[in-house]
Amino acid sequence: MAPRTKSLFPEEISERHTLSILVDNEAGVLGRIVGLFSARGYNIESLTVADITQDEAVSRITIVTSGPRRVIDQITAQLDRLVPVHSVTDLTELGPHVERELALVKVAGTGESRAEALRLAGIFRARPVDTTTQSFVFEISGSTVKVDQFIELMREVGLVEVARGGVVALSRGAEAR
Amino acid sequence: MQGRELSGADIIVKALVDLGVDTIFGYPGGAVLPIYDALFRQNKIRHILVRHEQAAVHAAEGYARSTGRPGVVLVTSGPGATNAVTGITDALMDSIPLVVLTGQVATHLIGSDAFQECDTVGITRHCSKHNYLVKETARLGAVIHEAFHIATAGRPGPVVVDIPKNVQVATARYEKPARIEHKTYRPRVKGDLAAIEAAVDMLASAERPILYIGGGVINSGPGAAQLLRDLARLSHAPVTSTLMGLGAFPASDPQFLGMLGMHGTYEANFAMNQCDLMLCLGARFDDRVTGRLDGFSPSSRKVHVDIDPSSFNKTVRVDLTIEGDVGHVLEDMVKLWRARGLQPADQQDWWSRIRGWREKNSLAFRQEGAKIQPQHAIRRLWEATHRRNPIITTEVGQHQMWAAQHFDFEQPNKWLTSGGLGTMGYGLPAAIGAQLGNPGSLVIDIAGEASIQMNIQELATATQYRLPVKVFVLNNEYMGMVRQWQDLTYEGRHSQSYSDSLPDFVKLAEAYGWKGIRIETEDQLDAGIAEMLAHDGPVFVDCLVEKHANCFPMIPSGATHVEMLLSPDQVSGKVAKSAEALV
Repeated sequence: MAPRTKSLFPEEISERHTLSILVDNEAGVLGRIVGLFSARGYNIESLTVADITQDEAVSRITIVTSGPRRVIDQITAQLDRLVPVHSVTDLTELGPHVERELALVKVAGTGESRAEALRLAGIFRARPVDTTTQSFVFEISGSTVKVDQFIELMREVGLVEVARGGVVALSRGAEAR
Repeated sequence: MQGRELSGADIIVKALVDLGVDTIFGYPGGAVLPIYDALFRQNKIRHILVRHEQAAVHAAEGYARSTGRPGVVLVTSGPGATNAVTGITDALMDSIPLVVLTGQVATHLIGSDAFQECDTVGITRHCSKHNYLVKETARLGAVIHEAFHIATAGRPGPVVVDIPKNVQVATARYEKPARIEHKTYRPRVKGDLAAIEAAVDMLASAERPILYIGGGVINSGPGAAQLLRDLARLSHAPVTSTLMGLGAFPASDPQFLGMLGMHGTYEANFAMNQCDLMLCLGARFDDRVTGRLDGFSPSSRKVHVDIDPSSFNKTVRVDLTIEGDVGHVLEDMVKLWRARGLQPADQQDWWSRIRGWREKNSLAFRQEGAKIQPQHAIRRLWEATHRRNPIITTEVGQHQMWAAQHFDFEQPNKWLTSGGLGTMGYGLPAAIGAQLGNPGSLVIDIAGEASIQMNIQELATATQYRLPVKVFVLNNEYMGMVRQWQDLTYEGRHSQSYSDSLPDFVKLAEAYGWKGIRIETEDQLDAGIAEMLAHDGPVFVDCLVEKHANCFPMIPSGATHVEMLLSPDQVSGKVAKSAEALV
């Protein structure tokens, strides 16, 4: 999505925030959320969604967005007033939380570059989940930065394609938030 | 009857009756035939047949805004739903509670491009407060009750319920639900007491306070308007209102400064600019109100009371926010003020400055000769009718701004206008809805000759239901506000803003069974208005006014409150490049 250009408060700097949104798992709810972002010109850097309760009644949507603090507050308020939204938690604002991302990375090559790909994967604790004599598919999970770095390295040893799952996140500590 | 299965269509009607609905506005079609048959077989709900679905929604808005009860609309699938979209968006922008029932093709046909199919929930997702596609008849009753709850709770808005035809035909049990407590949607009504206390302290110590009020005060109910008067009396603060808030505070009150913003009064805008405390009650710092943001009220502390926290800090940064219903917050403020025996700070200097701004007499106009100045026509209309406490609707454009400036309102729910969306064609159907909700009231649509043609077909609706609504057209043969902006921005190049090939409105009105009156010169004005009021049926007045009058005062786009234009001779015909892109 195109970044929002906000000239009202030029002194504002853009921040990256991870939002955790619990929603009723009803038809169209993802459309409401995504449509809100596009209609109001907010950024989505990453989005994940899956139901998280036994009866499939509630889904958690994790959105990584960026913008000036004032826009982030607007996003939170706009999400919160959607009828099927149970809660919106700004994990970045809340403080300590864990963020993980999963990626599948396909690399092709033979000889030295193939061996190097496997060595690098070992350093990043990426697991080969598919192998042919000419290729690997690695599974890697970790912070967005770690996944980015791994993909960058793979470019030099025969990167073919990448699938990323987007950021999932939870607050630290015993409580659900 | 307990336990007997009803058709979905009968469940809809029964649920509406249980919800106290007496009037619905609609237009039949294939996908709602079962509901229309259910309506035929009952006599508790009156169905008003409009001539276009957009008008059904505006009529429901007029009904809602003038009665305080939610408006109900029933339209068919496909074009019925898409025609309703403008009205639904209008209601969302102006926070009007509506429930819009739309027919849909049968569930097994959804997604097959069936006849008169459209993705109604997809299309209305972002122009409604909430929407539903009901796929099971057993859920229908509960969804309709929930839809009314959502439409009216918190910040009101339109809720769309899309009902496939097979769901209307299938049967299920219906029981009137107990009180609805929505599992996720629970707007906060009472404000935070500590914040309210802080706001009261700020108001009591302010030397240059102002109360900036909006449509939220009206949505909160007549009690809020009374509490607003109490707070104004206690604090001595001047009061200014947005377009949507007119009537929430009496125009005749000496503390009222008139409307603020783009076509607001000199005193209201200067007071907003120079206040030291701004208490915003149920308004949202709209761009028509603020003017250029970096010059908006630079030296004030700002308190914002709103039931919708997404309005906070959206365009203007405020110092204190109070989330809650404005009526409840006002009640707590008044109680606290009284309990603590507070006295307002010395505002002598403030009020003497306000008197100075008032002396500019920014709404002044000169009526000379036979040509009728549009402001004069509205003033004479006010003189002739205000004792009857009329309900005024408008279309959108110059006539709307002149009506806002020159027709004084003493009570809430008497002024119905399309504020946020600015929908031409709103006024006539809104007047029809208001007349149905208030059978004994005088209802007048102050219109322009261009806007009125956008829903002119509704003349027939008024005729059919014998509604004595009045349409008062200020006919200047121009889309006046478009032309005004062309005068301001494009050196008077009037591209497509001339109303060519106008019908003979008197003959047109008569063809629809209305009385038609034409007023051409000033000496006919009072007599024409009197003739309009004397007729107990619908009357269409075609009042020819000065063609080239523009609406002043005006804050041009991209300007601040203190850069108002008071008269046409201040117009240069060009604006800065940066302002050209602003609306």
